[in-house]
Amino acid sequence: MELYYYILEVVIKNLVVISILMLFVAYLTLAERKFLGYLQVRLGPNRVGTWGLLQPIADGIKSFVKEDIIPINADKPVYVIAPMISFVAALSMFAVIPFGDSVTLFGREIKLVIADVDIGILYIFAMGTLGEYGIVLGGWSSGNKYAILGALRAAAQMISYEVALGLIVIGTIILSGSLRLTEIVEAQRDVWFIVYQPFAFLLYIVAALAEINRTPFDMPESESELACGFNIEYSSMKFALFMIAEYAHLVTVAALTTTLFLGGWLGPVLPGPVWFILKTLLIIFIFIWIRGTYPRMRYDHIMKFGWKFLFPAALANVVITAFIVALR
Amino acid sequence: MDAIGFKFILFMITALVVIVSSVLMATRKNPIHSALWMIVTFFAMAVIYLLLNAQFIAVAQVMVYAGAIMMLILFVIMMVNMDKGDEKKTTKAPWSFGKKMAAALLMVILLVELLFGALFYRMTARVGDYPADAVAAVGNAKTVGALLYGQYLFPFEVASILLLIGIVGAVVIAKRNK
Repeated sequence: MELYYYILEVVIKNLVVISILMLFVAYLTLAERKFLGYLQVRLGPNRVGTWGLLQPIADGIKSFVKEDIIPINADKPVYVIAPMISFVAALSMFAVIPFGDSVTLFGREIKLVIADVDIGILYIFAMGTLGEYGIVLGGWSSGNKYAILGALRAAAQMISYEVALGLIVIGTIILSGSLRLTEIVEAQRDVWFIVYQPFAFLLYIVAALAEINRTPFDMPESESELACGFNIEYSSMKFALFMIAEYAHLVTVAALTTTLFLGGWLGPVLPGPVWFILKTLLIIFIFIWIRGTYPRMRYDHIMKFGWKFLFPAALANVVITAFIVALR
Repeated sequence: MDAIGFKFILFMITALVVIVSSVLMATRKNPIHSALWMIVTFFAMAVIYLLLNAQFIAVAQVMVYAGAIMMLILFVIMMVNMDKGDEKKTTKAPWSFGKKMAAALLMVILLVELLFGALFYRMTARVGDYPADAVAAVGNAKTVGALLYGQYLFPFEVASILLLIGIVGAVVIAKRNK
């Protein structure tokens, strides 16, 4: 009987997290367009509903009813699977992120995380690399030269920035002494890691932007030179899947930043999940702000920046952190 | 259903996936499709590691092999083979008698090894130094880390120096052409 309750609990947690995540993703598209609009001194979407509040629903319906085109040059099975890979990887990343302490419901203690695994942070990186396959394969299988260029850029960029991203996170792992995300949050009960690791926090924001292919690192889909890059041939729901995956990845990265540097769900007065959502929204706002502020970097500059600045800086951060912790 | 039966079914499914996907990997004509089936193989193997309670190894497998290394391989195939692996270019080498015999011999050796292993060597139900309960008590990554930086420190350092030599070699070869 215990087993069935456990399975029921996991299923309900999954459903709740996925629905909230999807809601976030839907309204994130609106929020991004609105914020960008205000940053560029225009209004943004305001025709569908008050303040454009029904815009995401309209977009969803539009994606559903559009014609689904598979180009004649496409590698059909890979072309169909690619957006699914992106989508599944982006959703499953959220499984290990804790959004609160445990609560007691119906006499059961329920941890507010779907899977509290021992190697949580590694799992997130593993799923992150998988998500990139969606972009690379989608670009390659379209049979379009712009798409292939986008895919190649995506592959190169991700290999370069993932190394730095992993190294940056090691600083927080050294401080907390655990790969388990709940323990990393618990280790920040007195002082958030952003205080101990301000440099790493900035580096992490930069590397994360490159990881999720956002401006100023949105090389794989730069509109002005590649005409949308890897997703140029995609239409209808497949295109929408790529977009949902991109925004879900964005939410996940923001949530991970919160967990690693901003003390996760910890905070006074308000309950844990509320703090968690507030902090995540703050990080998302910073991401959108950066998009509205910086121009796109040139491709070779991105690679140079990744390998010649970000990587050594991350390495230095690891060495210095380890040195200080060893002295203490 | 008890946990053991569930694990057995899971193992059978993943083992089948590993075998089928590796056969598909070897037989595909398009190199990208081969690479994709190889990723599936690595994935299924990660699931087998999970069944063995080796979480850290499983995630490392996905991250390093299915993630980074296969991404590099895909990247290289795409760079070299931009016209999606034209099948007309591949010429089939004829199977000579010697090749057939060598293949048959290898197959026989493999089967004999399998039979020997299954009959004379108890592969299951042996308890090693690190059973699942002991590892779970300390934490998976911690156990691996303590072994890697304790008992196996020397081989670990040698391996890292070898990798470093590989990187330096690649840079030297790339620079020579200029």
